[in-house]
Amino acid sequence: MKLEKGIPLIDQHDENGYWGGKFGGNQIAESLNYPIEELTREFEKLRNDETFIAERDYYFKNFVGAPTPFIKLENLTKHLGGAQIYCKLVSKATGGAHKAYNAVVHSLICKRLGKTYIGGDTGAGYAGKMLSMAAAKFNLKCKIFMGVKDVERQSINVFSMRSYGAEVVPVSSGSQTLVDAVSECMRWWTSENEEAHMCVGSTVGPTIFVKICAWSTAQISREMKKQVIDEFGDVPKDMKLINCVGGGSSAAGFWNEWIDYDHVELIGVEAGGPEGSSKHAAPLTNDSPIGVLHGATQYVIQDDQGEIEETESISAGLDYPGVSPLHCYLKETGRARYTSASDEEAIEAFQLVSKNEGFVSPSLEPSHAFAEAIKIAPKLSKDTIIVVDSCGDSAKDSKIIAERLGYKI
Amino acid sequence: MTSSSLIKSFERAKEDDRAALLTYTVGGDPDKKTSLNIFKSIADSGVDIIECGLGHGANIGDGGAIQDSTYRALSNGIKTNDIFEIIEEFKKDYETDVIIMTYQNKIMAYGEDDFLKRCISSKVSGIICVDWPWPLNLNFAKKCKENSIVFIQLLCPTTNEDRLKSILSDAHEVVYYISMLSTTGQKLKVSSDEIKKRFNLIKKISPDKKCIIGFGITADTINDFKDTDACVVGSALCREITRSIDEELNPAKNVGNMVSDLKQKLSS
Repeated sequence: MKLEKGIPLIDQHDENGYWGGKFGGNQIAESLNYPIEELTREFEKLRNDETFIAERDYYFKNFVGAPTPFIKLENLTKHLGGAQIYCKLVSKATGGAHKAYNAVVHSLICKRLGKTYIGGDTGAGYAGKMLSMAAAKFNLKCKIFMGVKDVERQSINVFSMRSYGAEVVPVSSGSQTLVDAVSECMRWWTSENEEAHMCVGSTVGPTIFVKICAWSTAQISREMKKQVIDEFGDVPKDMKLINCVGGGSSAAGFWNEWIDYDHVELIGVEAGGPEGSSKHAAPLTNDSPIGVLHGATQYVIQDDQGEIEETESISAGLDYPGVSPLHCYLKETGRARYTSASDEEAIEAFQLVSKNEGFVSPSLEPSHAFAEAIKIAPKLSKDTIIVVDSCGDSAKDSKIIAERLGYKI
Repeated sequence: MTSSSLIKSFERAKEDDRAALLTYTVGGDPDKKTSLNIFKSIADSGVDIIECGLGHGANIGDGGAIQDSTYRALSNGIKTNDIFEIIEEFKKDYETDVIIMTYQNKIMAYGEDDFLKRCISSKVSGIICVDWPWPLNLNFAKKCKENSIVFIQLLCPTTNEDRLKSILSDAHEVVYYISMLSTTGQKLKVSSDEIKKRFNLIKKISPDKKCIIGFGITADTINDFKDTDACVVGSALCREITRSIDEELNPAKNVGNMVSDLKQKLSS
């Protein structure tokens, strides 16, 4: 399996939608074939339509707040010694995370399709929050599917969604987390696809959803590339880009522009779960078997019966048993390296970063990426540049972190 | 040969001047023994073909009633091998054809070839795989054919005419028409006439293929489909199993009664 140079990663799939002939695809019920073909045609048209691109950029700039800051974490660098640590502060995007890009693009597509109803899934609640926000702006009726367990642990985001007028549907089947929310959302779309559009909240699901999401989050690396060149005059010789990986949407966007730069190392950090527990959400790190989940072939945490196993992570946004076909492909081609951080390491990273930097307070998802940066930075020279994507803000996790650290709020 | 026996089930119904009756229940719901008894009771009540669900937790096509059955079977520890054992045991005493309806990950996890071997040894006549659409399923369908197992292609209201023709040209002797855009067990949102219009189009393109109609058919509407090839009732039966368990009644007996009633309505 080999990556092609000069071709966007999202387009490196075959005619059946498989990256590397193996990952992704459209393993869907026949009832979804037509809406997926329709969406595929529409997206291919729109991504080449200048007025659509201008519209996207207008909303990215004025509503999402592009570009987000690219800053040096001076204190953390000094504290750790070794590599220089930078941060792409994507958490400054409106809503506090990268999910706004995908939400805006899907809402715009929904309108172009002539549909007035949009539905989506959510785990941590970010995807649902941003989709409800965009739906309110674009006058779309909105329905968000969320596992009952996530509704409880991310109540702040649930409140936001409802404030924006979205209907939040708690999903009580199976493990009651993101995996079941996505299944339920796909079932809903199977029934409603003539009138409604579906937004998959990450780079997972049938091929077209992987493509639209990664095309949207690519904004992160598009603006960062300029910021890096402004800062260093050129692309640094030794640069490592660290991002957390759940479904994989922020990492796909953070890395998109750098895929062809072989000397830029791409490091994905999955959720290792609680220390000492066999449950985790790290299918790439732990070589989980290949299977079909939510319409796509991927590494997926499952038992010998093909039943999807429960995952466990302190971070709701990383708590997903599968992973984007894009990351399966990047792993298999050796372009990216994947590792995991435990719940405890993520909490420690959150504390260290917040205490040292103040203005940067990562949510539990990017805290996993910071944990890896903290691990490797002291061993590296000052000529090495580490950039961490701080793709979410800790506000939504305050309750979980405070409880973990013994505070009552 | 299992595929020809499946065709005979359709032909026998035709001789009775009615469509064949198929039932869908989840294999292993709520446990192996009861599930086998349910199959026997359904067969004794005159079903033509039994559709046995090999349930998958992360399914994307099942409505609430079937999901309840699936979760009940899975949480009682039912494994793929148990489903084959139930079917094998059933086939010792009954000629009634059994087809398996499942999801691709269940087949992948078992191994395609091993899955087919086990289908043969337990006398399964056909396979429906909800999330393995044409043309991605063609390799597996070919393997099924080589083993005289009918791989049943799915069609739906939004399958356009070109695709319909291509699928039918690759299809084996039997196809399945999903009558409306929905998961299983929802209220019929299109008229019986509209469904039959589509059924007739399929038959016009492929007069020799037997076409099963499924989704949303209940005791109230089943008679409308008397002059088609076959129709399936599933969610109503799964709901009856749930009710019987909740009320500590005999699910096999109650489901059997429902099937007798459906058969009578289809025959009248």
